[in-house]
Amino acid sequence: MTKQIIVPFGPQHPVLPEPIHLDLVLEDERVVDAIPSIGYIHRGFEKLVEKREYTEYVYIAERTCGICSFVHGATFCQGIEQIMNIDIPERAQFLRVIWSEYSRLHSHLLWLGLFADSFGFENLFMNAWRIRERILDVMEQTTGGRVIQGSCKIGGVRKDISNEKLDEMRRDLDSIESEIKDLTSVFLQDDSIKHRLRNVGKLSKEDAYHLGAVGPTARGSGVAIDLRKTGYGAYGKLNFQLVTDSCGDCYGRCAVRAKELFTSIDFIRQSIQKIPDGPIDVKVTGAPNGEFFARAEQPRGELVHYLKGNGTKFLVRSRIRTPTLTNIPPLVRMLQGCELADVPVIVLSIDPCISCTER
Amino acid sequence: MTLEIEETVPVEVGHLIGKVEEFRDGSYRLVQINCSKIGDVYEINYSFDKDYVFRNLRITVTADTEIPSISGMYWGAFIYENEMHDLFGIRVKGMNIDFKGHLFTTAVKFPFSIAPSTPFKGEKP
Amino acid sequence: MAFFENTKTAIRTLLSRPATILYPVQPAKKTPLSRGHVTIDESRCISCGICQRKCPSQAISINKEAKIWQIDRLRCVVCNSCVDSCPVKCLFMDTQYSSPVTARSIEIINITYVKPPKPENKDEAAV
Repeated sequence: MTKQIIVPFGPQHPVLPEPIHLDLVLEDERVVDAIPSIGYIHRGFEKLVEKREYTEYVYIAERTCGICSFVHGATFCQGIEQIMNIDIPERAQFLRVIWSEYSRLHSHLLWLGLFADSFGFENLFMNAWRIRERILDVMEQTTGGRVIQGSCKIGGVRKDISNEKLDEMRRDLDSIESEIKDLTSVFLQDDSIKHRLRNVGKLSKEDAYHLGAVGPTARGSGVAIDLRKTGYGAYGKLNFQLVTDSCGDCYGRCAVRAKELFTSIDFIRQSIQKIPDGPIDVKVTGAPNGEFFARAEQPRGELVHYLKGNGTKFLVRSRIRTPTLTNIPPLVRMLQGCELADVPVIVLSIDPCISCTER
Repeated sequence: MTLEIEETVPVEVGHLIGKVEEFRDGSYRLVQINCSKIGDVYEINYSFDKDYVFRNLRITVTADTEIPSISGMYWGAFIYENEMHDLFGIRVKGMNIDFKGHLFTTAVKFPFSIAPSTPFKGEKP
Repeated sequence: MAFFENTKTAIRTLLSRPATILYPVQPAKKTPLSRGHVTIDESRCISCGICQRKCPSQAISINKEAKIWQIDRLRCVVCNSCVDSCPVKCLFMDTQYSSPVTARSIEIINITYVKPPKPENKDEAAV
């Protein structure tokens, strides 16, 4: 009977962007089981909603996470607007889509860089982040902040983008797209990378669906779930193709995210072409009374904001369920049976955003 | 943009497991399990989704009720049930992976079950 | 067999300018909309207290009798909420970050606003 050893992984590890702890049960070099443990960065956001008015809570909801911050703010506003039956102007909806897709571009490029770093390819890491700087420059020129945008408010958006600036953004997208093509061809075709990623961390399609995987973790196994198909916001007026991959291993998840970069660029081009003129916000009075589940597609998967108000300025309950929380059970399943040296690559392939998870 | 929410309010023990089994046989996936404290009772929402259709189950319990775990049918439910136990103090029976209160270690046990203090009006504390 | 796919990008970046700037020597790049720190025009503030109520991190506090407006720079998250909600538009967002400090302190600014006297006669009332 082989002896079992327990090796702790995290919370401090060079490959992890955020602290998560895993106790790996090993027999020789093979992982038999993994026990996750979170709670290193719990800040109690959901309790803070009782002390901040619902109009100010947008700033706090945005700061849940540094990488996917725009979609948190936009989803919270969407939930409150649905409870209070507010229709925001069309230009504001298209602007939110443009910023969400830029946010998705920056998040996927950040992940591609970290993933390359996890299997030792530092040059690719720096190149991915070099392209990401151009995206962050656009965010700063249009909203004022590189990572925390602060541009969503209840009733619309706070800052407008002029039509000249939109034309300039569309011209810049061509050169960004050619650089991204060079980058993704390395990820998808280089043999040394394929050697590290093929058949590592396999998750079958049935497992992915029943364990609750969302986002690129599910799409990499062939499950076609993407909440932008429900048509919330201005997504109903834009069309796109879902990107899936049937392999279910780390290479599949990487390929899904690399191809989604092009989908995002296509979204931005369509939105810039279709955006109408008009106001960017409506006046909001009163307080929310009711409840609603607002769902949106974050770069990592399906985000659910549950909001409940009782007619006063302070909400009763705000519950944020982030995609990484629901991707942890598939991660535990993926780790069973893998080698110890593959653990960092697998943990990073679900795109862990632990600060969102623990709020 | 509107998502219809369908709500049903079953009684806890017998009906909860039965309804969840219906969803599992209809190949719905579990989206989330949510708990809110309204006054003295706790409302627990189970959300399911299939092909972007969103369905909801809701049970209302008091602080000392013990609810059965659905991790027999949905293996990934352990993370929500442990979080519910650590933050609200609700006891769940039969979880497949039980952290026994150590998933979230907070300075105050069951922090969300404490009633909110008076809202802040803008003065320095 | 495809190896060395990254060669083209590696040679191009080797021969072009660095993508980084020598930060403390050269200034950081900022745009007109960048959020750096909050400044106040003290001759226009009417001490209404709206910025104190709207601040999500409770960084601003106002003392009406002593005519003092104070801000804790380390609590401020430069969210722009006070700038947007000030009714007389006396708060501005500067593009440069506030400088690093070694001890937590509160910046105190004296308000020099003087309320203009009310017009004596209703016929001569000119705003």
